[in-house]
Amino acid sequence: MSQALVARKSWFEATARARLGGLLDAGSLQEILPPGEAQPSPHLAALDLPGAFDDGVVIGRATLAGRPVLFAAQEGQFMGGAVGEIHGAKIVGLLRRAVQEKPAAVLFLIDSGGVRLHEANAGLIAISEIMRAVLDARAAGVPVLALVGGSCGAFGGMGIVAKLCSAILISEEGRLALSGPEVIETVAGVEEFDSKDRALVWRVTGGKHRYLMGDCAGLVDDDIAAFRLAASEFLAGWQEAEPSLGELRASQRRLEDRLAAYGALRDGLQVWAALGVAQPESVPMLDRDSLVALKEGLPT
Amino acid sequence: MKLQELFDALFPAGRQITVAGQVLTGQAMTPQGPVAVLGTTDAAAIDHRMALALAAFVLDTVEQHPGRPLVFLVDTSGQALSRSQELLCLNGSLAHLARCIDLARRQGHPSLSLVTANAVSGGFLSFGLMADRAYALADAQVRVMDLRAMSRVTKIAHERLVELAASSPTFAPGAENYRRMGGIEAIWPAPSAELLAAALETAAQARAAGDQRMQSGLARDGRRLAAKVADAVSPSMPSALA
Repeated sequence: MSQALVARKSWFEATARARLGGLLDAGSLQEILPPGEAQPSPHLAALDLPGAFDDGVVIGRATLAGRPVLFAAQEGQFMGGAVGEIHGAKIVGLLRRAVQEKPAAVLFLIDSGGVRLHEANAGLIAISEIMRAVLDARAAGVPVLALVGGSCGAFGGMGIVAKLCSAILISEEGRLALSGPEVIETVAGVEEFDSKDRALVWRVTGGKHRYLMGDCAGLVDDDIAAFRLAASEFLAGWQEAEPSLGELRASQRRLEDRLAAYGALRDGLQVWAALGVAQPESVPMLDRDSLVALKEGLPT
Repeated sequence: MKLQELFDALFPAGRQITVAGQVLTGQAMTPQGPVAVLGTTDAAAIDHRMALALAAFVLDTVEQHPGRPLVFLVDTSGQALSRSQELLCLNGSLAHLARCIDLARRQGHPSLSLVTANAVSGGFLSFGLMADRAYALADAQVRVMDLRAMSRVTKIAHERLVELAASSPTFAPGAENYRRMGGIEAIWPAPSAELLAAALETAAQARAAGDQRMQSGLARDGRRLAAKVADAVSPSMPSALA
């Protein structure tokens, strides 16, 4: 086994704190509202459920390749990374801080199914507040970079939040969508979406598909060091633009054209063929570098 | 309530509103001047087509009528639930709609939304909740999920959820719970041109003040933690538009 493979640390399997430890410059991490200064969710306690002192999200400041950043990292292993009142308010506070401090970026390690149902109304309003706070930070010139590769993906309202960020870096294992396949299967039937068909789920919501379609800016190996490299490279070449009518008009045209071209398709295999991929059935087997090369060769 | 009755009650001075495929767009006259009206009807499940139609209308308004107030009429059962919709990244089209509304706000368009019947999760997030302020009719259904479905997903007995919902606004459906938590500014007993005029009167001020929902939730004792936590993280003034 090569040295590189031995050293690889899976982002998918890591906790939020382990991801941060490998993503950011060693020794630079300062947590804001660390567990010792925080309280767990009283709403979970009211339902006799165990809470967490960080309420499932770690926020703070650090450096990435020497540049000051703020970060928020959701812990998918606590309540599926879902957003409750405290969890959401920590992220909103961090984004407001970014407007004042103007760090080089906010790194948003998303790993969440969306609203925490146990605090449904608080979670929904909190996600709405996060949405506006992300756009406020970007309008203040601070890039917000979403990193998606955890076991919970970016679903529900957090799928919308991810797409409001400056860009998304995703791993093949990462998933990005609105409704979870289980929800669609429950409501619309197994013929509509078989949530147990893992290969199908990945062809519809997975990182490779989102990258091929241009919904994510970068595809990254499931390796904490690879996320670190991709995030620092992305930020080195990124200038946050002011929101403008011209840019949103262009985005509107892209989305309308895409809907007209692919709106009737139901499987990644069909879309990839329509995109011009000669052997769509080979896509799930390709490694990261081969897939990036494949995308570069596609007509745009 | 029929759509035309709703329009008659809100815009007695006149309106020209087109309804196509559950999406409504048009203009109306109010004591404060002309407003752009847009929204969805019949508990629309928001899909790519609807989100893009609403977004295009917002961009047209920004281009053609600088500063004109936006009135959103919200009736959504959430997002469309289908594989083809997810394949094309439905969350991306909803985010695009939210960004268009945000652009309008930054370019000086005040906005308010009125939940006329239903407001549920993703459809509400990307549209009604993006307005400077949201209002709801008294009989509107505002929710993430009803308590029976929530009981199934969370494995908590339905009776227990009903019992807790009586004292906590945090999880049970209902416009009043959202008002107490600051997500909805006020509840209207019925659609009314007077209430709309009063809301438009303060709309420019609401736009300039930025997102005040945490403070409202604290003041109304429905969301006691969020404002304090956010202030502890970011110890100065909440965000406001320049």
